[in-house]
Amino acid sequence: MRLKINGESAENLKAATIRELLDELKIDSGRVAVEVNLSIIKKVDYDHHTLNDGDSVEIVNFVGGG
Amino acid sequence: MDDKLIIRGIEFLSRLWVGTGKYKDFEETRTAIEASGADVVTVAVRRVNITDRNKENLLDYIDPKKYKILPNTAGCYTVEDALRYSRLARESGISDLIKLEVIGDEKTLFPDTLGLLKATEILAKEGFVVLPYTNDDPVMARRLEDAGAAAIMPLGAPIGSGLGIRNPYNIKIILETVKLPVIVDAGVGTASDAAIAMELGCDAVLLNTAIAGAKDPIAMASAMKHAVIAGRLSYRAGRIPRKLYATASSPIEGIF
Repeated sequence: MRLKINGESAENLKAATIRELLDELKIDSGRVAVEVNLSIIKKVDYDHHTLNDGDSVEIVNFVGGG
Repeated sequence: MDDKLIIRGIEFLSRLWVGTGKYKDFEETRTAIEASGADVVTVAVRRVNITDRNKENLLDYIDPKKYKILPNTAGCYTVEDALRYSRLARESGISDLIKLEVIGDEKTLFPDTLGLLKATEILAKEGFVVLPYTNDDPVMARRLEDAGAAAIMPLGAPIGSGLGIRNPYNIKIILETVKLPVIVDAGVGTASDAAIAMELGCDAVLLNTAIAGAKDPIAMASAMKHAVIAGRLSYRAGRIPRKLYATASSPIEGIF
């Protein structure tokens, strides 16, 4: 599958759901928030939210700031 | 002495709140924050680094169980962006607090108060604890209070400028105008600036650059801690009125 993740093209991904995508990218789901095509996906939906070819995914976390 | 800061039922252990930006590394961030005694730390919401997954995470150093995490919407210039960042911050599951910034100008980073008001209203209705970064305008402070803000965070001077509390009289009027806690956010350059904010009667001070940009951030963090405590005590103690002429401290009687 081909996705756009944080603005970058990502090809050949195996993940079919958000949970699988985070696992594939080795990202701890506890500390991030995820948006697909500008809609926020709730954590409880990570397991069953299916990704589609061409989806634009944003994965954000907290960084240092004032 | 019972002098707790409580905002929307949340009890804050310190009246100094600090940012986590601009430090040399996470270790320095952690040490400085520990030295500051702050229990509230601000953070920004940004994209996860997808390409380099070995990079450490801020929250490995700042334990959300120990500190209250206050996400900001820094870098947002529109209401839509501020809402988006706020909702993403909440969805991370770490905090319902939001330090709401809607920036109106790149050079001064002054707030776009029209946008700020609109975003405050929407987010307050969604159940956020909204802490808006605003200018030192008492009328806008009242509007934000009416819109559902949980506290008012007026700037002392532009973000990162270190110019101190440029208009203490406006801050004083804001304190008299709103019933909400008032937290000076931005502009503090050194410990005496923080003390001045607290002596005016502000409920807390939020700062970042003054510590992170100091030559010795750890020492400055400690200085800020003491300044905020001293300023608060001084405010509660009640200062003497200013007078033009001297009043002798030693008795006149018994002079020979």
